[in-house]
Amino acid sequence: MAEEMLYWQALNRALDAEMALDESVFILGEDVGLYGGSYRVTEGLYARYGEWRVRDTPISEGSFTGLGVGAALVGMRPVVEIMTINFSLLALDAIVNMAAKVPFMSGGQFPMALVIRMPGGVAKQLAAQHSQRLEQMYMNVPGLRIAVPATSQDAWWQLRQAIRSDEPIVFIEHELLYFSKGPVDLEAEAPPMHRARVHRQGRDLTIVAYSRMLDLSLRAAAQLAEEGIEATVIDLRSLRPIDWDTCVASVEQTHRLLVVEEDSRFAGSGAEIAAELAERCFYHLDVPPARLGGRELPTPYNGTSEAQCIPRPSDIVAAARRLCGT
Amino acid sequence: MDRETQLAMLRDMLLARAFEERAAEEYTKGNIAGFLHLYPGEEAVAVGVLHAAEPSDYIVSTYREHVHAMVRGIPPRRVMAELFGRRHGCSRGMGGSMHLFDRERRFMGGYAIVGETYPVAIGIGYAVAMRGLPEAVICFFGDGAVNQGTFHESLNMAALWRLPVLFVCENNRYQIGTEIHRHSAVAEVYKRACAHRIPARRVDGMDVMAVYQATAEALGEIRSETGPRLIECETYRYRGHSMADPGTYRPKVEVQAYERKDPITVAIAETLPRYPTPEEIAAAGPDAIEGLIGAMNDAGRLTAAQLDALKAEVTQVVEDAVAFAAASPEPTLADAQAALDCNRNGEVLI
Ligand SMILES: Cc1ncc(C[n+]2csc(CCOP(=O)(O)OP(=O)(O)O)c2C)c(N)n1
Ligand SMILES: [Mg+2]
Repeated sequence: MAEEMLYWQALNRALDAEMALDESVFILGEDVGLYGGSYRVTEGLYARYGEWRVRDTPISEGSFTGLGVGAALVGMRPVVEIMTINFSLLALDAIVNMAAKVPFMSGGQFPMALVIRMPGGVAKQLAAQHSQRLEQMYMNVPGLRIAVPATSQDAWWQLRQAIRSDEPIVFIEHELLYFSKGPVDLEAEAPPMHRARVHRQGRDLTIVAYSRMLDLSLRAAAQLAEEGIEATVIDLRSLRPIDWDTCVASVEQTHRLLVVEEDSRFAGSGAEIAAELAERCFYHLDVPPARLGGRELPTPYNGTSEAQCIPRPSDIVAAARRLCGT
Repeated sequence: MDRETQLAMLRDMLLARAFEERAAEEYTKGNIAGFLHLYPGEEAVAVGVLHAAEPSDYIVSTYREHVHAMVRGIPPRRVMAELFGRRHGCSRGMGGSMHLFDRERRFMGGYAIVGETYPVAIGIGYAVAMRGLPEAVICFFGDGAVNQGTFHESLNMAALWRLPVLFVCENNRYQIGTEIHRHSAVAEVYKRACAHRIPARRVDGMDVMAVYQATAEALGEIRSETGPRLIECETYRYRGHSMADPGTYRPKVEVQAYERKDPITVAIAETLPRYPTPEEIAAAGPDAIEGLIGAMNDAGRLTAAQLDALKAEVTQVVEDAVAFAAASPEPTLADAQAALDCNRNGEVLI
């Protein structure tokens, strides 16, 4: 039976469920304990599991993420919360040089059941240092897996899978999704963590999106349908690996591809997605694949400019129309 | 201390309080967005430190920096316009509350990633030392910021190369919701400086005269090329961490302890999940501002009429700042592009 849940609540339930099942799961990060998490994701867990399993840390991202690596080496399942993806830049050494490398460099001796959770994305006028996306940076690192849940159901499913995985998972949430509501079936069996999901079937074009851009793409698709353009909308759910088969099957039917990402277009996730699908679907495409992304600017504080810096549903509609030649 | 300086400091503290309370109001009305970190309770620190500095000194600050910016001389209008995200803001609407900059006044920025102020400050200090100038750099940071690796890395380099940097800790005992004893094994920040042989001291950050005195001495020593200094100012913020934080995590016992020291905190009793109103703060009794007023009264340096005039003046300044901000146009994407390309010098790429 599905129940309506906010995205943060689904994450909270997932953490609770895994902590109850497995004592090696522990959480650490800034204000995750007494305070209950900046976005309430860890609410109530400190009271339930105590300070060793829900640890409030100093502002020392590099070292507490590294602590997660060390603990994972000896069989723990740390869930590190970095307050926002912007601060993960201070933890890059632990994530990229350590978590992604030690299992490999040791010739395959060690587990790395580490989850690094953090919200990314443009929220509301948080200015340039607090409005980054950065997922494309992690995409280029072999040894990492990246989950990007867009719905409450996926928040519940994918976080549980991430915690159970023995590989390091970069788990990217979105600041504007925490208070979005959606049905969650707690009993339903989860698809594999990296399987893409087709949210809507249409014959005219395939829109590939993830995270918050899924919702915007679905809104755009609804509007396009009114004009007689039927779009398939795919939520990738995972950015490393990417479920190419689902995308290819769709593009072979629609013959048109639009990739929507929130980050700047240049060398962004869309570049990889469009390039790979162009290679795989070259003879099926009627027109070159199109990418819609943010502007090549750090995000301005001013609200009007900020809104113009990332794709809006109207931009997606316009890009789809161009692709379909209408 | 001469009366003039004392009066100027009082005026700036009153302005700071009035400006920040008004900013909170404008945020509630929707004229300011994003993260808004306010300074009520901590005024004595910025005012005491910056009044002891020279205009030729450089200031590096955090995201809680409106007051630092104004005391340094950035017109309140331009600060308010920046909070509104407008074109006449001191960062032209690109930075907002957390990123105030003014090159002319050597206000080297508000940095919002915790722990960034130290390396920037020692970089400026390195340049000053290389050029052999009698200038100093003032580097602000919070108690939570001392656990970022850059703190120790930068203090070591500053001491190693005797850089002219004054490190100023604004210790308000909280890293958002985490109390200092839960984030630091050594809660006396000044003690950490001895690991790098940097002379350091702790002052009452609620006493503007003490802050001024300590800063003046430290800057004097720095200017005689004896290397960096550190001052820890013990203070308290009356509001939550930012406008997004009700600040209700602070335990009753602590609030009570602070009530004894500073009755203003009455209004943030744990049972009240809201901010104190300016009236409640005023009614709650003496704080850093009231303390200074009392001291000046006792010394026969301030009359009731003078105080009223000061209050009326800062109210007017804040009123004017809001009107100026509201009338300032919004920046465009072309402005944003120009800001990004500011160092391109006309070069055409590709
Ligand atoms: C590297 C980094 N991690 C986390 C944050 C989120 N954050 C913003 S302010 C803050 C607390 C800082 O506390 P403190 O240094 O005591 O300064 P205060 O806000 O009390 O003035 C945190 C954790 C950040 N901005 N940067
Ligand atoms: Mg603090």
